[in-house]
Amino acid sequence: MTVALLNIDWQTLADATGLGGIYALMAVGIGLVFGVLRLVNFAYGQLIMAGAYALAFASERGWPVSIGIVLCFAVVLTLSLLMDRLVFRPLRGQTPAVMLVTTFAVAFLLQSIALLWFGPLGKIASSLATLNQPVTISGVDIRKIAIVATAVAAFCLLVLVLLLERTRVGLHMRAAAMDFSTAELLGVRAGRVISAAVLVSGVLAAIVAVMLTVQNPLVTPDFALRDTILVLAGVVLGGMNRLVSATLGGFAIGFASGLLGGALPTNQSQYLPSFLFAAVILVLLVRPGGLFTREGQQAVERV
Amino acid sequence: MRRLDASLQLLAPLALVALASLVGTLVSTSTETYVINALVNVAIVVALYVFIGNSGVVSFGHISFVAVGAWAAGVLSMPVQEKPAIMPHLFGLLGDHTIGNVWSLALAAAVGAAYALVVGLPLMRLSGLAAGIATFGVLEITHNVLRYWEKIGPGLNTFSAVPETTGLREAALGAGLAVVVAFAYRRLRFGRLLSATREDSAAARAVGVSVYRQRLVAFVLSGAIAGFAGGLLVHMLPVNTESVYLDLTFITLAMLVIGGATSLWGAVVGALAVSGVDSFLAEAENGIHLFGRSVDLPAGTRIVVVGALMALVLILRPTGLTGGREFSVRLARPRRLLTKFAR
Repeated sequence: MTVALLNIDWQTLADATGLGGIYALMAVGIGLVFGVLRLVNFAYGQLIMAGAYALAFASERGWPVSIGIVLCFAVVLTLSLLMDRLVFRPLRGQTPAVMLVTTFAVAFLLQSIALLWFGPLGKIASSLATLNQPVTISGVDIRKIAIVATAVAAFCLLVLVLLLERTRVGLHMRAAAMDFSTAELLGVRAGRVISAAVLVSGVLAAIVAVMLTVQNPLVTPDFALRDTILVLAGVVLGGMNRLVSATLGGFAIGFASGLLGGALPTNQSQYLPSFLFAAVILVLLVRPGGLFTREGQQAVERV
Repeated sequence: MRRLDASLQLLAPLALVALASLVGTLVSTSTETYVINALVNVAIVVALYVFIGNSGVVSFGHISFVAVGAWAAGVLSMPVQEKPAIMPHLFGLLGDHTIGNVWSLALAAAVGAAYALVVGLPLMRLSGLAAGIATFGVLEITHNVLRYWEKIGPGLNTFSAVPETTGLREAALGAGLAVVVAFAYRRLRFGRLLSATREDSAAARAVGVSVYRQRLVAFVLSGAIAGFAGGLLVHMLPVNTESVYLDLTFITLAMLVIGGATSLWGAVVGALAVSGVDSFLAEAENGIHLFGRSVDLPAGTRIVVVGALMALVLILRPTGLTGGREFSVRLARPRRLLTKFAR
């Protein structure tokens, strides 16, 4: 049972879909904050890293999985709110260049704090490792986590769509993403909308932390760093200006990464990052506003 | 007075470089290493300044030019008989030739410039976020290829056996050269046009400035300086792919931003100040005696402190320590408009 092209089997396809789902959630987390603050959060991966350390902390002490997950959410949400208060808020109104460089600095800061605190060797978060075992569906082995990741991502995206389309705070978030100052004039409370976006993005980071530790139980200070860089590339590739296009971009790069990683022979798969980033650069050159944005919708500088 | 101002803008950074070198001659050999490192950092940060400072576009990719410069100089200046041990899979041409150290630096600059041209021709059309991500992509690709392509370098190995010729004098001359080139560029038509595009892109376009062309010129020039600095680096200490990757990108960007990205003075001040703090902390991680007390910081403190410093400066004073201004003797200057890099 193989898809003829490029010797991709169903296992690879399922893994790639799962990875695409996880990356799509990260893309939403980055995109939501970008929507209201116009700020690209380079340090998003370090939120996930903190969550992963929380899971490792719980699993090392033999605590039940549920407590580990609660701890993970608590740590990530606290850190997101702190980041908003201490970093994002003072940066409001700065140029994109300054914001990008600052969150880059925060990312390095958090990573080196983790290095200082937990050491370079890494800790094991093994409580959910059973999800790595395969299930057999009509003669094909598929790892459970691929199915779980896909399902969780689909569910989260559905909830998000409902939140954005059907609730007042969702409406406010969409309005703020379109034009922040006009939304404020019309009575949208800036602080509340930003906090909501930061919180939702934190929840997503915690969910991603849980799923990434299943795939890669060894938690090191640079946990999720590579993923974040890829997702950032995917988000810009898809188009930052709309949440949908950012999400699609995140999914696309995760899917492509999973597919190529599984399909390429080892002596070529070491060049996987080169292939991916070359593709990203190529797309950016052809469509600098994003792959999934509509024509004529690209951001133009107004004088 | 204007001429005095202009010459001070060159002389002040040069004097600072000279002062740092002077300190280097007075201290012990182990401390001298830190000074040499700081001077090489000055060259790298000045390269960043030429592009980022003048254009206002963030590039995460400049360490790629440092890397290719280091690779070019390292591969070609290693003695032929040493090459098979460290780089067994080298292309024949690269394996059979060795060039002098000065030539290897010139080559490093040329390779850096050529690579920047190849990369810049397509990428300089982008700006803002897309440019940031694309230059990051360049860094990833460069790191990935240098790491695994063993026909052009040592791959995963470390560049040992490269003649260690970057001493205090060479590093000081190199940093000084970078400062002079950056100053000349800034004073020329090119530099002025590029900073005009940074301040007001639309107005610059309206008077006929090609943003693309001006950015490309700066990108290639800063690629050349970065490649040259890479040559200095590989002659200073054994380099591998990890030493010219994310950490160096972070620390040099931090230096530029902490000093003040929009001025040459800021670049030099930032590079030397952060290098100073960083070296001190590196010593403290090994344990030092300070005011009669023994201080022993845990490994990793350096990046925490530098990261915190960078974040603090960006949040509290986004124009950097120097305010992004060139050196001036007049204390009370008329307030200039804040530049667009950090409004």
